Amino acid sequence: MNQALPKLTVKDYASDQEVRWCPGCGDYAILKTIQKLMPTFEQPKENQVFISGIGCSSRFPYYMNTFGFHTIHGRAPAVATGVKLANPELDVWVITGDGDGFSIGGNHMLHVLRRNVDLQILLFNNEIYGLTKGQYSPTSQTGTRTPSSPTGSIDLPLAPCEVAIGSGGTFIARTIDTQAKHLAAVVTRGHDHRGASFIEILQNCPIYNDGIFEQVTDKKTAADFKVELVHGEPIIFGKERERGIRLNHDSLKLELVDASSDDVLVHDETNKVLATMLAIMKGPDLPVAVGVIYREEKNSYVDDSQQQLISVRKTKVSMADLLTSGHTWEVE
Amino acid sequence: MELVEENLNEHHLDEKEVVDVVVRFAGDSGDGMQLTGNNFTEATALYGNDLSTFPDFPAEIRAPVGATFGVSAFQIYFGANDVTTAGDALDVLVVMNPAALITNVDNLVDGGLLIVDSGAFTAKNLTKAKYQVNPLEDGSLDKFRVLEIDITKQVLAAVAEFNLGHKTGVRSKNMWTLGLVLWLFDRDRAGTIKSLKTKFASKPDIANANIAALNAGHAYGETAELPAGIHVYKVPKAKVSPGTYRNITGTNALAWGLVAGSELANIELLFASYPITPASNLLHELVRHRDFDINTFQAEDEIAAVCAAIGASFAGSLGVTSSAGPGIALKSEGIALACATELPLIVVNTQRGGPSTGLPTKTEQSDLNMALHGRHGDTPMPVIASSTPTDCFEVAIEAVRLATKYMTPVMLLSDGYLANAAEPWKIPDFSEFEPFPVQHYTKAEDFKPSIRNEETLARVWAKPGTAGLEHRIGGIERSFDTGDISYDPANHQKMTDLRQAKIAGIANDIPLQEVCLGNKTGKLAVVGWGSTFGAIHQAVKRARAEGLDVSHIQVRYLSPLPRNLEELLKSFDSILVPEMNTGQFVRLIRSEYLIDAEALNKVAGQPFKIGEILAAIHAKIATSGSNS
Repeated sequence: MNQALPKLTVKDYASDQEVRWCPGCGDYAILKTIQKLMPTFEQPKENQVFISGIGCSSRFPYYMNTFGFHTIHGRAPAVATGVKLANPELDVWVITGDGDGFSIGGNHMLHVLRRNVDLQILLFNNEIYGLTKGQYSPTSQTGTRTPSSPTGSIDLPLAPCEVAIGSGGTFIARTIDTQAKHLAAVVTRGHDHRGASFIEILQNCPIYNDGIFEQVTDKKTAADFKVELVHGEPIIFGKERERGIRLNHDSLKLELVDASSDDVLVHDETNKVLATMLAIMKGPDLPVAVGVIYREEKNSYVDDSQQQLISVRKTKVSMADLLTSGHTWEVE
Repeated sequence: MELVEENLNEHHLDEKEVVDVVVRFAGDSGDGMQLTGNNFTEATALYGNDLSTFPDFPAEIRAPVGATFGVSAFQIYFGANDVTTAGDALDVLVVMNPAALITNVDNLVDGGLLIVDSGAFTAKNLTKAKYQVNPLEDGSLDKFRVLEIDITKQVLAAVAEFNLGHKTGVRSKNMWTLGLVLWLFDRDRAGTIKSLKTKFASKPDIANANIAALNAGHAYGETAELPAGIHVYKVPKAKVSPGTYRNITGTNALAWGLVAGSELANIELLFASYPITPASNLLHELVRHRDFDINTFQAEDEIAAVCAAIGASFAGSLGVTSSAGPGIALKSEGIALACATELPLIVVNTQRGGPSTGLPTKTEQSDLNMALHGRHGDTPMPVIASSTPTDCFEVAIEAVRLATKYMTPVMLLSDGYLANAAEPWKIPDFSEFEPFPVQHYTKAEDFKPSIRNEETLARVWAKPGTAGLEHRIGGIERSFDTGDISYDPANHQKMTDLRQAKIAGIANDIPLQEVCLGNKTGKLAVVGWGSTFGAIHQAVKRARAEGLDVSHIQVRYLSPLPRNLEELLKSFDSILVPEMNTGQFVRLIRSEYLIDAEALNKVAGQPFKIGEILAAIHAKIATSGSNS
């Protein structure tokens, strides 16, 4: 096991399959960043497994030269749980989208986070159903006009990070498809986390929902509409880093304040109340938070399962012992 | 064929020695009838009778006291000959209240023994059971041997020295009654006393009170002046082959079979399931055996359960999931994924009354169509069924063998009757079972996920963690040659044909269909599958004793069917297929073989009675006789 591993590069992680996302899709950027990132973990490639559900994002495993399983709609967290239970040594990644992860597969997302199964869950959120040609998703803003909502959607959207915190998730982060450095840093921290790491990636769909995150991704506006969270650092943003976030003690809501103010909040990844407020923070009044929003050390399901197995398997048993256990009788 | 019942005409209780007896304990769901029945079963097994049991409990966990829908019953059929059903009519009925009487008395034979706790026949309880007049007083029970005892009063006197109070003291009623019935059939109390001491190890007063009640019930039988015709009945020991025996339920036999399969295949097994009646006990049993290479996962829903099992199989373990009908329906997309990706998977369906929630605690065989056809796409998979509680052990091993050898999901059909019923089992010598160790693929050179065994057509099992075998699989159609995604029309035809051929080929790897009783040709074959075994077997045995030319065939492999089945069935003049559904297997036989097989259907939530099948045999022989 301690043998030196051959040095792997980005090329080792590209499969021989032709990538079939639409030109300009945010998924390309994510794929490239993850392929570059994988060698940095210095793990045997054969121990890395990518598991996905159904949707544009879920084609991801086909393009990674690791083990991969493109499963059925919404169920990747459940399949991944089985993989991890069967072989806890594996480094298991779940690739999902806003529809796959929070519509058809919402139940599994809730429970995989609650159980804290040791996985990296990358949720590509483009606020639309791409593969089925553009219907609104559970994260689409109310009023989104799509083939199934020509007069505007009336659904109220959910905030993935908020739901993930509410589900008992122990590592909750948000990042952006095209911001490779930030994406790589956040994913690396998620990978280091023992338990379920939930990472929402704001991802642009150029065909059905183009520019939906433009304010936070466009260099011209991003500084004013996005705040990068750093544990232990004041929550400040703006072109001149002139604005900050503070808690209004009367309304118990977050609000803007001058960056020089004494009561600018300092980010504390371990504060669940703060994390919940940061997870739902959005424009037009407040910036969107990116970075590690929440982190907590808790037992991982797979560790505990292994622990129980070790304790019940202390003595070797045989089938003959089982068959003759309890009350038996002899017939001469 | 219309379902009618023939009276088997066996008045047992006139003699001091009887060949076999059916006893049913019935009471409120809080009266402890299951515990009573289990203890009586154990004493009977130790005595040396062959036996079969059938617990029959309500869906309500604690129904209102005294309600007819809260009656919980435990039936045991025991005797000197081979016993394969829980019996048709009752020889002895023990009732703890009026509701238990009104719901069961119709099954008691004329001249049968009725033991009644008269203390529970209060005006309130009579009203709850919808009796206008007290049946103990209106002469309606005169055709039975009635033993009326105020058991409540007897018990309170027996446990008085323990000062437990009325409420706790009365709880020992079931043990008092058990003591009496043990006396009635000359059975030993030692086993029950031992199990009471274990069960109430931390509450010695409760243990001692129960033992006192048990002994008091027994003493009552010995000393009280009982009505004429009620005395100790001797049931001769059964002639059984030498060996070590135990009692086992279908659920436990199935669980142990999965453990055995994992040992023989030398593979870790992940059992992933979501609680559902009557399948949950399989999870309860398997979680106790994680000292073997077994792990269990209680998933958040049925879909997660099948998906986690598939994930485990992808990772190189054997994934097993389990449910009853409605839950299996939810799993069907996952099962098809296992078929498309050619991963092993076992799906256990403990069938219950349907459709929808149906009759959760009652038995039925109505999921055969779903097992055979209930998936999207052309999605063939092997389907096998166990026919007795002990048969579940071997069928589970066979499911493991087929799933791992052919890289396929396998459907294992059990049902509510098999799951809960128990019978004595001659413990097999496990060293005589042929191992079938799994070989995961390891050769990195020229590896493709589409490499398959030319004989079995099974795809390689290349698990994550194996260097050089990195590959992707998924639900999208894959190229026969490379295993990569393929939308090629000819390839889809080829892969569809391959999936069919792989499953069809299993017919060459399963035993030929045998006749389990009777000749290989003749007038009539009664063909069953699953838990109808016992009733068919007894009916055919009785018909043959009358000189009728009838054989019994019980089919374990429902897909693919045994390769000689068509020829075998065609060697009989007529075929009768009893099923606890509206004729799902009979339609399969008719369509596969163009045989004019006739259906005998019962969908009542209760197993077939011997007399029902015997009546159908008589009717069938009579009509075919007039034709020839």
